[in-house]
Amino acid sequence: MIAFIQVISKTFTKRILDSGKDLLPIIVVIALFQTLVLGQPIPDLAGILTGTFLVLMGLTFFIAGLELALFPIGEGMAHSFARKGSLFWLLTFSFCLGFSTTVAEPALIAVAKEAASIASDAGLLKPGAEEQSSYALGLRLSVAVAVGLSILIGILRILRGWPISRLIIGGYVTVLIMTLFAPREIVGIAFDSGGVTTSTVTVPLVTALGVGLASAIRGRDPMIDGFGLIAFASLLPMIFVMGYGILLFGPSL
Amino acid sequence: MALLSHLLSTFIDTLADITPILGLIFGFQLLVLRQPIPHPKKTALGFLFVLLGLTLFLVGLEIALFPIGKLMATQLSSPQFVFGTATAPENPPWQAYGWVYAFAALIGLATTIAEPALIAVAQKAHEVSRGTIDPWGLRLSVAVGVSIGISLGCFRIITGTSLVSYIVVGYSIVIIQTFFAPKMIIPLAYDSGGVTTSTVTVPLVAALGLGLAATVPGRNPALDGFGLIAFASLFPMMTVMAYAQIVQWFASRKEAL
Repeated sequence: MIAFIQVISKTFTKRILDSGKDLLPIIVVIALFQTLVLGQPIPDLAGILTGTFLVLMGLTFFIAGLELALFPIGEGMAHSFARKGSLFWLLTFSFCLGFSTTVAEPALIAVAKEAASIASDAGLLKPGAEEQSSYALGLRLSVAVAVGLSILIGILRILRGWPISRLIIGGYVTVLIMTLFAPREIVGIAFDSGGVTTSTVTVPLVTALGVGLASAIRGRDPMIDGFGLIAFASLLPMIFVMGYGILLFGPSL
Repeated sequence: MALLSHLLSTFIDTLADITPILGLIFGFQLLVLRQPIPHPKKTALGFLFVLLGLTLFLVGLEIALFPIGKLMATQLSSPQFVFGTATAPENPPWQAYGWVYAFAALIGLATTIAEPALIAVAQKAHEVSRGTIDPWGLRLSVAVGVSIGISLGCFRIITGTSLVSYIVVGYSIVIIQTFFAPKMIIPLAYDSGGVTTSTVTVPLVAALGLGLAATVPGRNPALDGFGLIAFASLFPMMTVMAYAQIVQWFASRKEAL
Protein backbone atom coordinates (compact mmCIF):
# COMPACT_ATOMS: atom_id res chain seq x y z
CA MET A 1 0.00 0.00 0.00
CA ILE A 2 2.78 2.42 0.97
CA ALA A 3 4.72 1.47 -2.13
CA PHE A 4 1.61 2.11 -4.19
CA ILE A 5 1.19 5.59 -2.70
CA GLN A 6 4.86 6.34 -3.31
CA VAL A 7 4.59 5.35 -6.97
CA ILE A 8 1.44 7.43 -7.37
CA SER A 9 2.84 10.53 -5.69
CA LYS A 10 6.10 10.31 -7.60
CA THR A 11 4.35 10.09 -10.95
CA PHE A 12 1.90 12.76 -9.85
CA THR A 13 4.63 15.37 -9.49
CA LYS A 14 5.70 14.63 -13.04
CA ARG A 15 2.09 14.63 -14.19
CA ILE A 16 1.44 18.05 -12.65
CA LEU A 17 4.49 19.42 -14.46
CA ASP A 18 3.19 17.94 -17.73
CA SER A 19 -0.22 19.53 -17.21
CA GLY A 20 1.51 22.81 -16.46
CA LYS A 21 3.19 22.62 -19.86
CA ASP A 22 -0.20 21.95 -21.50
CA LEU A 23 -1.78 24.98 -19.83
CA LEU A 24 1.08 27.46 -20.16
CA PRO A 25 0.13 28.65 -23.69
CA ILE A 26 -3.37 29.73 -22.58
CA ILE A 27 -2.00 31.67 -19.63
CA VAL A 28 0.57 33.43 -21.83
CA VAL A 29 -1.96 34.34 -24.54
CA ILE A 30 -4.53 35.70 -22.08
CA ALA A 31 -1.94 37.67 -20.09
CA LEU A 32 -0.38 39.19 -23.20
CA PHE A 33 -3.65 40.29 -24.74
CA GLN A 34 -5.02 41.64 -21.48
CA THR A 35 -1.97 43.74 -20.61
CA LEU A 36 -0.44 44.65 -23.98
CA VAL A 37 -3.35 44.82 -26.42
CA LEU A 38 -6.28 45.81 -24.24
CA GLY A 39 -4.04 47.62 -21.76
CA GLN A 40 -5.99 46.47 -18.73
CA PRO A 41 -4.97 44.90 -15.43
CA ILE A 42 -5.91 41.27 -14.78
CA PRO A 43 -9.27 41.39 -12.96
CA ASP A 44 -10.05 39.18 -9.96
CA LEU A 45 -6.53 37.82 -9.58
CA ALA A 46 -7.45 35.56 -6.66
CA GLY A 47 -10.26 33.91 -8.61
CA ILE A 48 -8.04 33.40 -11.63
CA LEU A 49 -5.27 31.84 -9.57
CA THR A 50 -7.74 29.48 -7.82
CA GLY A 51 -9.31 28.55 -11.15
CA THR A 52 -5.96 27.92 -12.80
CA PHE A 53 -4.93 25.68 -9.90
CA LEU A 54 -8.19 23.70 -10.25
CA VAL A 55 -7.67 23.33 -14.02
CA LEU A 56 -4.12 22.11 -13.41
CA MET A 57 -5.20 19.51 -10.85
CA GLY A 58 -8.21 18.53 -12.94
CA LEU A 59 -6.17 17.87 -16.06
CA THR A 60 -3.65 15.88 -14.02
CA PHE A 61 -6.32 13.66 -12.44
CA PHE A 62 -8.12 13.20 -15.74
CA ILE A 63 -4.99 12.02 -17.58
CA ALA A 64 -4.16 9.66 -14.70
CA GLY A 65 -7.71 8.28 -14.75
CA LEU A 66 -7.47 7.86 -18.49
CA GLU A 67 -4.46 5.58 -18.12
CA LEU A 68 -5.84 3.71 -15.12
CA ALA A 69 -9.40 3.14 -16.34
CA LEU A 70 -10.62 4.48 -19.69
CA PHE A 71 -7.87 3.08 -21.93
CA PRO A 72 -7.59 -0.37 -20.28
CA ILE A 73 -11.39 -0.81 -20.12
CA GLY A 74 -11.84 0.13 -23.77
CA GLU A 75 -9.09 -2.20 -24.94
CA GLY A 76 -10.11 -4.98 -22.55
CA MET A 77 -13.66 -4.96 -23.87
CA ALA A 78 -12.42 -4.92 -27.46
CA HIS A 79 -10.39 -8.08 -26.78
CA SER A 80 -13.30 -9.79 -24.99
CA PHE A 81 -15.66 -9.00 -27.87
CA ALA A 82 -13.12 -10.26 -30.39
CA ARG A 83 -12.77 -13.52 -28.45
CA LYS A 84 -16.52 -13.95 -28.00
CA GLY A 85 -17.03 -13.38 -31.71
CA SER A 86 -20.63 -12.20 -31.48
CA LEU A 87 -21.14 -9.57 -34.16
CA PHE A 88 -24.64 -8.79 -32.94
CA TRP A 89 -23.60 -7.88 -29.40
CA LEU A 90 -20.55 -5.92 -30.54
CA LEU A 91 -22.64 -3.80 -32.89
CA THR A 92 -25.36 -3.34 -30.25
CA PHE A 93 -22.72 -2.16 -27.81
CA SER A 94 -21.25 0.22 -30.41
CA PHE A 95 -24.58 1.80 -31.21
CA CYS A 96 -25.54 2.17 -27.52
CA LEU A 97 -22.16 3.71 -26.68
CA GLY A 98 -22.54 6.37 -29.37
CA PHE A 99 -26.21 7.05 -28.67
CA SER A 100 -26.07 7.18 -24.88
CA THR A 101 -23.02 9.43 -24.68
CA THR A 102 -24.52 11.91 -27.13
CA VAL A 103 -28.19 12.20 -26.29
CA ALA A 104 -27.58 13.89 -22.92
CA GLU A 105 -24.47 15.86 -23.95
CA PRO A 106 -24.88 19.39 -22.49
CA ALA A 107 -23.24 21.07 -25.50
CA LEU A 108 -25.71 19.36 -27.82
CA ILE A 109 -28.70 20.34 -25.67
CA ALA A 110 -27.55 23.97 -25.83
CA VAL A 111 -27.06 23.90 -29.60
CA ALA A 112 -30.45 22.23 -30.20
CA LYS A 113 -32.23 24.86 -28.11
CA GLU A 114 -30.46 27.66 -29.98
CA ALA A 115 -31.34 26.01 -33.29
CA ALA A 116 -35.02 25.80 -32.32
CA SER A 117 -35.19 29.50 -31.57
CA ILE A 118 -33.50 30.29 -34.91
CA ALA A 119 -35.98 28.13 -36.80
CA SER A 120 -38.84 29.74 -34.92
CA ASP A 121 -37.60 33.27 -35.67
CA ALA A 122 -37.29 32.37 -39.34
CA GLY A 123 -40.95 31.36 -39.35
CA LEU A 124 -40.16 27.72 -40.09
CA LEU A 125 -41.95 26.50 -36.98
CA LYS A 126 -45.43 27.26 -35.74
CA PRO A 127 -45.19 29.73 -32.87
CA GLY A 128 -45.20 28.28 -29.36
CA ALA A 129 -42.76 26.83 -26.86
CA GLU A 130 -44.07 23.30 -27.34
CA GLU A 131 -43.33 23.36 -31.06
CA GLN A 132 -39.78 24.58 -30.33
CA SER A 133 -39.02 21.96 -27.72
CA SER A 134 -40.26 19.12 -29.89
CA TYR A 135 -38.07 20.41 -32.73
CA ALA A 136 -35.07 20.60 -30.39
CA LEU A 137 -35.71 17.06 -29.17
CA GLY A 138 -35.97 15.81 -32.75
CA LEU A 139 -32.66 17.44 -33.53
CA ARG A 140 -30.99 15.88 -30.48
CA LEU A 141 -32.36 12.44 -31.31
CA SER A 142 -31.16 12.67 -34.93
CA VAL A 143 -27.66 13.59 -33.76
CA ALA A 144 -27.64 10.81 -31.14
CA VAL A 145 -28.86 8.18 -33.64
CA ALA A 146 -26.25 9.47 -36.10
CA VAL A 147 -23.43 9.07 -33.58
CA GLY A 148 -24.69 5.61 -32.60
CA LEU A 149 -24.70 4.54 -36.26
CA SER A 150 -21.28 6.16 -36.77
CA ILE A 151 -19.66 4.01 -34.12
CA LEU A 152 -21.51 0.96 -35.48
CA ILE A 153 -20.34 1.58 -39.06
CA GLY A 154 -16.85 2.44 -37.84
CA ILE A 155 -16.60 -0.82 -35.89
CA LEU A 156 -17.95 -2.78 -38.87
CA ARG A 157 -15.26 -1.13 -41.00
CA ILE A 158 -12.55 -2.33 -38.61
CA LEU A 159 -13.92 -5.88 -38.70
CA ARG A 160 -14.21 -5.98 -42.48
CA GLY A 161 -11.07 -3.95 -43.19
CA TRP A 162 -12.82 -1.45 -45.48
CA PRO A 163 -10.56 1.45 -46.48
CA ILE A 164 -11.55 4.55 -44.54
CA SER A 165 -10.80 7.12 -47.22
CA ARG A 166 -13.51 5.88 -49.57
CA LEU A 167 -16.20 5.92 -46.88
CA ILE A 168 -15.25 9.33 -45.52
CA ILE A 169 -14.85 10.96 -48.95
CA GLY A 170 -18.20 9.49 -49.98
CA GLY A 171 -19.66 10.99 -46.82
CA TYR A 172 -18.22 14.44 -47.50
CA VAL A 173 -19.54 14.41 -51.04
CA THR A 174 -22.98 13.52 -49.63
CA VAL A 175 -22.68 16.42 -47.16
CA LEU A 176 -21.83 18.85 -49.97
CA ILE A 177 -24.73 17.70 -52.14
CA MET A 178 -27.17 17.92 -49.23
CA THR A 179 -25.92 21.43 -48.43
CA LEU A 180 -27.39 22.57 -51.74
CA PHE A 181 -30.88 21.42 -50.74
CA ALA A 182 -30.96 22.00 -46.99
CA PRO A 183 -32.74 25.08 -45.57
CA ARG A 184 -30.23 27.85 -44.86
CA GLU A 185 -31.25 28.03 -41.19
CA ILE A 186 -29.98 24.52 -40.58
CA VAL A 187 -26.72 24.37 -42.56
CA GLY A 188 -24.54 26.20 -39.99
CA ILE A 189 -25.93 24.13 -37.14
CA ALA A 190 -25.45 20.93 -39.11
CA PHE A 191 -21.77 21.71 -39.72
CA ASP A 192 -21.21 22.62 -36.08
CA SER A 193 -23.06 19.56 -34.78
CA GLY A 194 -20.26 17.37 -36.14
CA GLY A 195 -17.79 18.98 -33.80
CA VAL A 196 -20.02 19.20 -30.75
CA THR A 197 -20.79 15.51 -30.39
CA THR A 198 -17.53 13.99 -29.29
CA SER A 199 -16.97 14.56 -25.59
CA THR A 200 -13.87 14.27 -23.46
CA VAL A 201 -14.86 10.91 -21.99
CA THR A 202 -16.14 9.36 -25.21
CA VAL A 203 -13.06 10.09 -27.32
CA PRO A 204 -10.52 8.08 -25.27
CA LEU A 205 -12.97 5.23 -24.74
CA VAL A 206 -13.90 4.94 -28.40
CA THR A 207 -10.27 5.29 -29.50
CA ALA A 208 -9.19 2.50 -27.14
CA LEU A 209 -12.06 0.32 -28.39
CA GLY A 210 -11.07 0.80 -32.04
CA VAL A 211 -7.36 0.31 -31.48
CA GLY A 212 -8.05 -2.70 -29.24
CA LEU A 213 -10.24 -4.38 -31.87
CA ALA A 214 -7.78 -3.71 -34.67
CA SER A 215 -4.94 -5.26 -32.68
CA ALA A 216 -7.05 -8.26 -31.58
CA ILE A 217 -8.12 -9.20 -35.12
CA ARG A 218 -5.55 -10.85 -37.31
CA GLY A 219 -4.68 -8.95 -40.47
CA ARG A 220 -5.70 -5.55 -39.13
CA ASP A 221 -3.22 -2.79 -38.44
CA PRO A 222 -4.09 -0.76 -35.32
CA MET A 223 -2.72 2.42 -36.89
CA ILE A 224 -4.57 2.10 -40.21
CA ASP A 225 -7.71 0.32 -39.04
CA GLY A 226 -7.94 1.28 -35.37
CA PHE A 227 -8.32 5.02 -35.70
CA GLY A 228 -11.16 6.66 -37.58
CA LEU A 229 -14.17 6.08 -35.31
CA ILE A 230 -14.28 9.74 -34.25
CA ALA A 231 -14.18 10.75 -37.91
CA PHE A 232 -17.44 8.92 -38.58
CA ALA A 233 -18.96 10.44 -35.44
CA SER A 234 -18.25 13.93 -36.72
CA LEU A 235 -19.45 13.22 -40.26
CA LEU A 236 -22.75 11.39 -39.91
CA PRO A 237 -24.43 13.97 -37.61
CA MET A 238 -24.09 16.59 -40.39
CA ILE A 239 -25.92 14.31 -42.82
CA PHE A 240 -28.62 13.47 -40.29
CA VAL A 241 -29.23 17.07 -39.16
CA MET A 242 -29.54 18.28 -42.75
CA GLY A 243 -31.74 15.30 -43.53
CA TYR A 244 -33.95 16.21 -40.58
CA GLY A 245 -34.22 19.78 -41.86
CA ILE A 246 -35.06 18.71 -45.40
CA LEU A 247 -37.60 16.19 -44.15
CA LEU A 248 -39.31 18.69 -41.88
CA PHE A 249 -39.25 21.85 -44.00
CA GLY A 250 -38.90 20.44 -47.49
CA PRO A 251 -35.87 20.95 -49.78
CA SER A 252 -34.93 24.55 -50.57
CA LEU A 253 -33.52 25.50 -53.94
CA MET B 1 -18.44 28.49 0.15
CA ALA B 2 -19.68 29.45 -3.30
CA LEU B 3 -16.74 27.55 -4.72
CA LEU B 4 -17.67 24.47 -2.74
CA SER B 5 -21.26 24.42 -3.96
CA HIS B 6 -20.03 25.09 -7.51
CA LEU B 7 -17.70 22.09 -7.21
CA LEU B 8 -20.48 19.92 -5.80
CA SER B 9 -23.03 20.78 -8.49
CA THR B 10 -20.47 20.26 -11.27
CA PHE B 11 -19.50 16.94 -9.68
CA ILE B 12 -23.15 15.83 -9.77
CA ASP B 13 -23.53 16.96 -13.40
CA THR B 14 -20.37 15.13 -14.44
CA LEU B 15 -21.52 12.03 -12.58
CA ALA B 16 -24.83 12.19 -14.43
CA ASP B 17 -22.92 12.45 -17.75
CA ILE B 18 -20.71 9.48 -16.97
CA THR B 19 -23.35 7.19 -15.42
CA PRO B 20 -24.87 5.96 -18.71
CA ILE B 21 -21.38 5.14 -20.00
CA LEU B 22 -20.52 3.27 -16.81
CA GLY B 23 -23.86 1.44 -16.88
CA LEU B 24 -23.29 0.38 -20.47
CA ILE B 25 -19.72 -0.78 -19.89
CA PHE B 26 -20.42 -2.74 -16.74
CA GLY B 27 -23.75 -4.06 -18.03
CA PHE B 28 -22.09 -5.50 -21.13
CA GLN B 29 -19.03 -6.69 -19.25
CA LEU B 30 -21.06 -8.63 -16.68
CA LEU B 31 -24.19 -9.69 -18.61
CA VAL B 32 -23.06 -10.15 -22.22
CA LEU B 33 -19.34 -10.84 -22.05
CA ARG B 34 -19.86 -12.53 -18.66
CA GLN B 35 -16.50 -11.55 -17.36
CA PRO B 36 -15.43 -10.01 -14.09
CA ILE B 37 -14.06 -6.46 -14.16
CA PRO B 38 -10.26 -6.77 -14.53
CA HIS B 39 -8.28 -5.05 -11.74
CA PRO B 40 -11.43 -3.77 -10.00
CA LYS B 41 -9.56 -1.53 -7.53
CA LYS B 42 -7.39 0.11 -10.16
CA THR B 43 -10.37 0.62 -12.46
CA ALA B 44 -12.50 2.13 -9.70
CA LEU B 45 -9.67 4.48 -8.75
CA GLY B 46 -9.24 5.43 -12.41
CA PHE B 47 -12.91 6.27 -12.87
CA LEU B 48 -12.83 8.27 -9.65
CA PHE B 49 -9.84 10.21 -11.05
CA VAL B 50 -11.68 10.84 -14.33
CA LEU B 51 -14.72 12.11 -12.45
CA LEU B 52 -12.71 14.24 -10.05
CA GLY B 53 -10.43 15.49 -12.81
CA LEU B 54 -13.28 16.57 -15.10
CA THR B 55 -15.03 18.31 -12.20
CA LEU B 56 -11.97 20.32 -11.15
CA PHE B 57 -11.12 21.05 -14.78
CA LEU B 58 -14.60 22.37 -15.63
CA VAL B 59 -14.97 24.43 -12.46
CA GLY B 60 -11.48 25.88 -12.95
CA LEU B 61 -12.27 26.83 -16.54
CA GLU B 62 -15.51 28.47 -15.46
CA ILE B 63 -13.80 30.48 -12.72
CA ALA B 64 -10.57 31.44 -14.45
CA LEU B 65 -10.59 31.10 -18.19
CA PHE B 66 -14.10 31.55 -19.53
CA PRO B 67 -15.03 34.90 -17.90
CA ILE B 68 -11.82 36.67 -18.91
CA GLY B 69 -11.62 34.92 -22.30
CA LYS B 70 -15.20 35.76 -23.19
CA LEU B 71 -14.77 39.34 -21.99
CA MET B 72 -11.67 39.68 -24.17
CA ALA B 73 -13.46 38.23 -27.19
CA THR B 74 -16.27 40.75 -26.76
CA GLN B 75 -13.91 43.67 -26.17
CA LEU B 76 -11.63 42.88 -29.12
CA SER B 77 -14.56 42.57 -31.51
CA SER B 78 -16.40 45.66 -30.20
CA PRO B 79 -16.62 48.69 -32.54
CA GLN B 80 -15.31 50.81 -29.66
CA PHE B 81 -11.99 48.94 -29.72
CA VAL B 82 -11.75 48.43 -33.49
CA PHE B 83 -12.97 51.80 -34.79
CA GLY B 84 -13.16 53.98 -31.68
CA THR B 85 -16.83 54.63 -32.39
CA ALA B 86 -19.99 53.22 -30.81
CA THR B 87 -21.08 51.36 -33.95
CA ALA B 88 -19.11 49.80 -36.78
CA PRO B 89 -19.36 51.45 -40.22
CA GLU B 90 -21.42 49.82 -42.95
CA ASN B 91 -19.28 47.20 -44.75
CA PRO B 92 -16.31 47.53 -42.38
CA PRO B 93 -12.89 46.94 -43.96
CA TRP B 94 -11.74 43.45 -42.95
CA GLN B 95 -8.18 44.73 -42.33
CA ALA B 96 -9.43 46.74 -39.34
CA TYR B 97 -9.93 43.56 -37.34
CA GLY B 98 -6.25 42.60 -37.13
CA TRP B 99 -6.29 41.95 -33.38
CA VAL B 100 -9.34 39.73 -33.73
CA TYR B 101 -7.52 37.46 -36.19
CA ALA B 102 -4.44 37.41 -33.97
CA PHE B 103 -6.49 36.59 -30.88
CA ALA B 104 -8.47 33.91 -32.74
CA ALA B 105 -5.28 32.29 -34.00
CA LEU B 106 -3.45 32.35 -30.66
CA ILE B 107 -6.37 31.34 -28.45
CA GLY B 108 -7.24 28.52 -30.88
CA LEU B 109 -3.67 27.29 -30.70
CA ALA B 110 -3.45 27.57 -26.91
CA THR B 111 -6.79 25.97 -26.05
CA THR B 112 -6.19 23.06 -28.42
CA ILE B 113 -2.90 22.26 -26.67
CA ALA B 114 -4.87 22.01 -23.40
CA GLU B 115 -7.70 19.89 -24.82
CA PRO B 116 -7.76 16.64 -22.77
CA ALA B 117 -9.32 14.52 -25.53
CA LEU B 118 -6.50 15.45 -27.90
CA ILE B 119 -3.87 14.61 -25.28
CA ALA B 120 -5.51 11.19 -25.00
CA VAL B 121 -5.54 10.53 -28.74
CA ALA B 122 -1.95 11.76 -29.18
CA GLN B 123 -0.79 9.46 -26.39
CA LYS B 124 -2.56 6.49 -27.98
CA ALA B 125 -1.17 7.32 -31.44
CA HIS B 126 2.35 7.50 -30.02
CA GLU B 127 1.90 4.11 -28.39
CA VAL B 128 0.26 2.41 -31.38
CA SER B 129 2.72 3.78 -33.94
CA ARG B 130 5.58 2.44 -31.76
CA GLY B 131 6.94 5.93 -31.30
CA THR B 132 6.85 6.99 -34.96
CA ILE B 133 4.25 9.64 -34.20
CA ASP B 134 5.52 12.28 -31.83
CA PRO B 135 2.64 13.31 -29.50
CA TRP B 136 3.75 16.94 -29.39
CA GLY B 137 4.19 17.07 -33.17
CA LEU B 138 0.68 15.74 -33.63
CA ARG B 139 -0.85 18.07 -31.04
CA LEU B 140 0.95 21.09 -32.46
CA SER B 141 -0.15 20.36 -36.01
CA VAL B 142 -3.76 19.96 -34.85
CA ALA B 143 -3.43 23.23 -32.91
CA VAL B 144 -2.08 25.04 -35.97
CA GLY B 145 -5.07 23.73 -37.92
CA VAL B 146 -7.54 25.01 -35.33
CA SER B 147 -5.68 28.30 -35.25
CA ILE B 148 -5.97 28.78 -39.02
CA GLY B 149 -9.57 27.58 -38.99
CA ILE B 150 -10.78 29.98 -36.33
CA SER B 151 -9.09 33.07 -37.70
CA LEU B 152 -10.36 32.28 -41.18
CA GLY B 153 -13.81 31.72 -39.66
CA CYS B 154 -13.65 35.20 -38.11
CA PHE B 155 -12.64 36.63 -41.48
CA ARG B 156 -15.68 34.94 -42.98
CA ILE B 157 -18.05 36.44 -40.41
CA ILE B 158 -16.54 39.92 -40.88
CA THR B 159 -16.72 39.80 -44.68
CA GLY B 160 -20.06 38.01 -44.72
CA THR B 161 -18.92 35.47 -47.31
CA SER B 162 -20.76 32.19 -47.65
CA LEU B 163 -19.92 29.33 -45.28
CA VAL B 164 -20.66 26.73 -47.90
CA SER B 165 -18.06 27.91 -50.40
CA TYR B 166 -15.29 27.69 -47.79
CA ILE B 167 -16.44 24.23 -46.77
CA VAL B 168 -16.52 23.03 -50.40
CA VAL B 169 -12.97 24.25 -51.02
CA GLY B 170 -11.79 22.85 -47.67
CA TYR B 171 -13.20 19.37 -48.25
CA SER B 172 -11.81 19.32 -51.78
CA ILE B 173 -8.33 20.02 -50.40
CA VAL B 174 -8.77 17.27 -47.80
CA ILE B 175 -9.81 14.82 -50.52
CA ILE B 176 -6.82 15.71 -52.71
CA GLN B 177 -4.40 15.46 -49.76
CA THR B 178 -5.76 12.00 -48.97
CA PHE B 179 -4.28 10.70 -52.20
CA PHE B 180 -0.79 11.99 -51.40
CA ALA B 181 -0.45 11.68 -47.61
CA PRO B 182 1.21 8.62 -46.02
CA LYS B 183 -1.44 5.93 -45.64
CA MET B 184 -0.95 5.39 -41.91
CA ILE B 185 -1.79 8.99 -40.98
CA ILE B 186 -5.13 9.22 -42.83
CA PRO B 187 -7.47 7.73 -40.17
CA LEU B 188 -5.75 9.75 -37.46
CA ALA B 189 -5.99 12.93 -39.54
CA TYR B 190 -9.72 12.39 -40.09
CA ASP B 191 -10.15 11.76 -36.36
CA SER B 192 -8.31 14.90 -35.36
CA GLY B 193 -11.08 17.00 -36.86
CA GLY B 194 -13.59 15.77 -34.31
CA VAL B 195 -11.24 15.60 -31.36
CA THR B 196 -10.20 19.23 -31.31
CA THR B 197 -13.41 20.87 -30.39
CA SER B 198 -14.61 19.98 -26.95
CA THR B 199 -14.29 21.30 -23.44
CA VAL B 200 -11.88 24.20 -23.67
CA THR B 201 -12.13 25.52 -27.20
CA VAL B 202 -15.87 25.63 -27.91
CA PRO B 203 -17.08 28.15 -25.28
CA LEU B 204 -14.37 30.70 -26.12
CA VAL B 205 -14.76 30.33 -29.85
CA ALA B 206 -18.54 30.59 -29.59
CA ALA B 207 -18.15 33.86 -27.64
CA LEU B 208 -15.87 35.24 -30.34
CA GLY B 209 -18.25 34.25 -33.14
CA LEU B 210 -21.32 35.64 -31.42
CA GLY B 211 -19.49 38.85 -30.48
CA LEU B 212 -18.48 39.44 -34.10
CA ALA B 213 -21.83 38.51 -35.57
CA ALA B 214 -23.61 40.83 -33.14
CA THR B 215 -21.47 43.92 -33.83
CA VAL B 216 -20.63 43.75 -37.54
CA PRO B 217 -23.49 45.50 -39.40
CA GLY B 218 -25.60 43.25 -41.58
CA ARG B 219 -24.67 40.03 -39.75
CA ASN B 220 -27.27 37.97 -37.98
CA PRO B 221 -25.86 36.39 -34.79
CA ALA B 222 -28.26 33.49 -35.10
CA LEU B 223 -27.15 32.62 -38.63
CA ASP B 224 -23.57 33.87 -38.90
CA GLY B 225 -22.39 33.02 -35.39
CA PHE B 226 -22.37 29.35 -36.32
CA GLY B 227 -19.70 27.77 -38.46
CA LEU B 228 -16.55 28.51 -36.45
CA ILE B 229 -16.58 25.00 -34.95
CA ALA B 230 -16.94 23.56 -38.44
CA PHE B 231 -13.80 25.46 -39.50
CA ALA B 232 -11.98 24.31 -36.39
CA SER B 233 -12.74 20.69 -37.30
CA LEU B 234 -11.88 21.05 -40.99
CA PHE B 235 -8.40 22.56 -40.94
CA PRO B 236 -6.72 20.11 -38.51
CA MET B 237 -7.30 17.36 -41.07
CA MET B 238 -5.22 19.34 -43.56
CA THR B 239 -2.44 20.27 -41.13
CA VAL B 240 -2.09 16.73 -39.73
CA MET B 241 -1.75 15.26 -43.24
CA ALA B 242 0.71 18.01 -44.14
CA TYR B 243 2.69 17.29 -40.96
CA ALA B 244 2.96 13.60 -41.90
CA GLN B 245 4.06 14.49 -45.41
CA ILE B 246 6.78 16.80 -44.10
CA VAL B 247 8.02 14.18 -41.62
CA GLN B 248 8.10 11.58 -44.38
CA TRP B 249 9.96 13.92 -46.70
CA PHE B 250 12.65 14.61 -44.10
CA ALA B 251 12.95 10.90 -43.32
CA SER B 252 13.41 9.97 -46.97
CA ARG B 253 15.98 12.74 -47.45
CA LYS B 254 17.94 11.48 -44.46
CA GLU B 255 17.91 7.98 -45.94
CA ALA B 256 19.11 9.26 -49.31
CA LEU B 257 22.10 10.97 -47.76
